[in-house]
Amino acid sequence: MSGGLAISVRDVVKEFPVGGDSIRVLHDIKVDIQAGELTYLVGESGSGKTTLISIIAGILYPTSGRVGVFGTDIYDLSDNDLVAFRLANIGFIFQQYNLLPTLTAAQNAAIPLIARGVKRAEAVERGRALMTRLNIGDHADKFPNQLSGGQQQRVAIARALVHEPRLVVCDEPTAALDARSGRRVMDLLREVALAEDRAVIIVTHDSRVFDLADRILAMEDGRITHDGRDKAILSQQEAR
Amino acid sequence: MNWVAIRMLTGDRVKFIGLIFGVAFSTLLITQQLTIFVNLLFRGGVAVQEVSTANIWVMDPATRTADVIYPMPITALDRVRSVPGVAYASPLLRSNASIRTADGDLEGVTVIGVDDSSLVGIPRRMVEGEPMQLMDPDAVFIDDVGAGKLFAPGDPVVGTTLELNDQRAIIKGIVDSVPTFTAQVTLYTRYSNALNFVPGTRNRLSFVLVRADDVAPEVLARRITERTGLKARTSEQFARDGIDFIIENTGIPINFGITVLLGVIVGVAIVGLTLSLFIRDNIKQFGALKAIGVTNRKIVGMVSAQAWLVVLIGFGLGLAMATLFIGGGAAGSPDFKGFYMPYQIPLITLGLVLAIVGITSRIAIRSVLKTDPASVFR
Repeated sequence: MSGGLAISVRDVVKEFPVGGDSIRVLHDIKVDIQAGELTYLVGESGSGKTTLISIIAGILYPTSGRVGVFGTDIYDLSDNDLVAFRLANIGFIFQQYNLLPTLTAAQNAAIPLIARGVKRAEAVERGRALMTRLNIGDHADKFPNQLSGGQQQRVAIARALVHEPRLVVCDEPTAALDARSGRRVMDLLREVALAEDRAVIIVTHDSRVFDLADRILAMEDGRITHDGRDKAILSQQEAR
Repeated sequence: MNWVAIRMLTGDRVKFIGLIFGVAFSTLLITQQLTIFVNLLFRGGVAVQEVSTANIWVMDPATRTADVIYPMPITALDRVRSVPGVAYASPLLRSNASIRTADGDLEGVTVIGVDDSSLVGIPRRMVEGEPMQLMDPDAVFIDDVGAGKLFAPGDPVVGTTLELNDQRAIIKGIVDSVPTFTAQVTLYTRYSNALNFVPGTRNRLSFVLVRADDVAPEVLARRITERTGLKARTSEQFARDGIDFIIENTGIPINFGITVLLGVIVGVAIVGLTLSLFIRDNIKQFGALKAIGVTNRKIVGMVSAQAWLVVLIGFGLGLAMATLFIGGGAAGSPDFKGFYMPYQIPLITLGLVLAIVGITSRIAIRSVLKTDPASVFR
């Protein structure tokens, strides 16, 4: 299932200042991701995967290099245009869910639509409908602290997808979940987020769900050391 | 997004109540203290404002206020009457005296002697008795607040005989008046009676009360000064002199200023700390919103909406409490008689509260604006 080029990362370098010096965490990264692909970004802590996904998602400027997202060179955009681009095209799923504790699940799911100016009632209704698709419609009026970790992550998925973004980036979405819930979340992502004109990139340590990926990019010391369409990486990563 | 901001704020009950309390307490403190301050200042001019029939007060040039008096010879009255434009001129004596209370103590009182025939100088409203009863021998009127000080509730006041500077005085009526700044018991009597009650000196005239006849009071006051060498002030000017005297010669403005400043500091401290805690607790959520695509401008709008809600509710509550205090609780106390809240005070308080919330939310929002959206992935 491939719908053309979704992500194009070209010669991306990222350095962070440390004291009077700087430390390079990404070295000339080059990678293309096709639409319709569920891509895992794996590697040990400090390998640079979070930095890379942040740059791809348009929330961290690279030191040099270019990033194209569905044909738009995102770091050529002005700050405001980049924010607007994220709101329109990118969905985020965070490890700690980052739901607003004082909003109900449906209201949380509706936030990207509300931020885009959709009327609140309509936005919440669309959030509620998506939650039903994610099999948590019964919990739409509950607050996050009334939900289990898996349910909260599904609300976060609903929030990431409610505005129908073309790219969904996820940071360790299964880290806080048991194996069964983790696989269910990944299945849902594939089922609901992925389409021919969309892409999903997931940063994960969770080898229990590696078999669900279309492609696995393994990183080490700021470089992509393996690009495994054949899932050959699986055994290597599981062995670590 | 303002709706989301309001839900974020109101959902965190403890901090929301803390913020409301901070603003409400500051509002109460500032409004109440400013109101008391302003009304105390007004009492510097109340002795003048009570005499509505005269619009010019003539006095010795050394006299500064209705309470800080250098007496004049009685001949000053005729000199003032001879000035063209004077419709009438009445003598007024203000002096201190002592009365013996029921338990044998001495109480300082202010004796005001008004014109024997016209009674110009007594307050407009009577609580008990008729103005003409002041014509009776040894008659005095007592102010209502003073009567409350001297007599127990329910005790007869009118008809009571007082020992005033060792002389007999009979209370024939109670006048409705606002206490002056000194808050002494005030006894009104005829000028001729007052001369008997108050120990004698050569000069026995405190003021000449003048009504202008077809000429502006300011013009006539200047004319009186030019022709008599006496100090002549319009009622408004002389009331203002009393207020200025308090401002210049007492520590009241500094003390009340300090209290108002404390109100602002307490407000800044409570609101600032609570708002900072609220922002800090929600920094991840704000970071997530920024990552999702909520602009800094919208984030500023969200925090502003939260600040406005806190101001509206906190200021409203604080103002309601201050109004209840001034108009309700305090109204029953003679110490607060005549107190009211000029409309400028809520406006000043609102300005200060806006400054408190504006400064604290500006400081708090800096951390949100500085938050790197990428931090949500760390």
